[in-house]
Amino acid sequence: MLSVNEQTFTFHPGMTIGDVAFINKPTADLFILNGFPVSADTKVQDGDTCTLIQKGVRPSSAEINTLLAARHTPGIQIKIKHATIAILGLGGLGSAVAGAMAKIGIGKMLLSDYDVIEPSNLNRQHYFIDQIGMLKTDALKDNILRMNPSLSLELVKERLTESMLPGLFSDVDVLIECFDDPAMKAATLRSVLTEMKNVAYIGSSGIAGFGNNNKILTRMERPGIYIVGDETSEARPGMGLMAPRVGIAAHHQANQALRIILGADKSRQ
Amino acid sequence: MNIILNGNNKSLQKPSSILDLLKSLELMPETVVVELNTTIIQPNSYDATQFAEGDRVEIIRFVGGG
Repeated sequence: MLSVNEQTFTFHPGMTIGDVAFINKPTADLFILNGFPVSADTKVQDGDTCTLIQKGVRPSSAEINTLLAARHTPGIQIKIKHATIAILGLGGLGSAVAGAMAKIGIGKMLLSDYDVIEPSNLNRQHYFIDQIGMLKTDALKDNILRMNPSLSLELVKERLTESMLPGLFSDVDVLIECFDDPAMKAATLRSVLTEMKNVAYIGSSGIAGFGNNNKILTRMERPGIYIVGDETSEARPGMGLMAPRVGIAAHHQANQALRIILGADKSRQ
Repeated sequence: MNIILNGNNKSLQKPSSILDLLKSLELMPETVVVELNTTIIQPNSYDATQFAEGDRVEIIRFVGGG
């Protein structure tokens, strides 16, 4: 048997992916065999996964999930697809983390921010000029659903306080703290340590300026509790937040979330 | 008096509260998380909580930017 665009299809020895396409999707002009693009005359083997795509035509959610599973291997993708994360603060860190997690097909994201997009945000935050004035939650939802329409999203649009956090975020697998305000950063970690005993946490501290790339670290504070940044570079006049270094930190956070989801690093005990 | 601060010995010259220690370290109380002998201390108790000999204190500090 072959898997062809998520349907089973009988295998015959000697058949090519072009033969498979001729029967199943004659308009296809892009042939993916086990996650990798191949030419139409490539022979298929019993058990192969074929994805047939017509360029310029938007693939369905099911096709996107099939492509991701083929690319990441199915055992990994099912864990990603079943994970829920929360991103608190949708600025330079949060908007980039959301993009990375959307692209790998995370199951569900809770996106939290009360603010609107201002022109000064666009030196680092993943929004567009024509989105100035929109709520960041609404704009980011639009943007990441264009990257992956099969995501499940929940938007939290109110301004958060420490006491609200457990009620909103206790059920997520990983909470990613991307706030700007250091008081809310501290409040979030305090809340996770005292009230959210099963939630893994990835915080951030020290990401401003254009300092050395390799000073940005992911430090395990304790099992399931990680802090990303150089822990000293504070955003202030003369040392602003800029896309490159903020992006390094954001992708530390995203990869750490992925490592926790896949069991490569410890979650909470 | 001696306490263990983030794994290192630190001697305090006089009886000190958490708030006194944060001030001496030039840390803003609202930007840190303080754990005393494995208990997270709420900020409204920083002033009233006095250290005892041998206390183990963890301070996790955050700087702004996101």
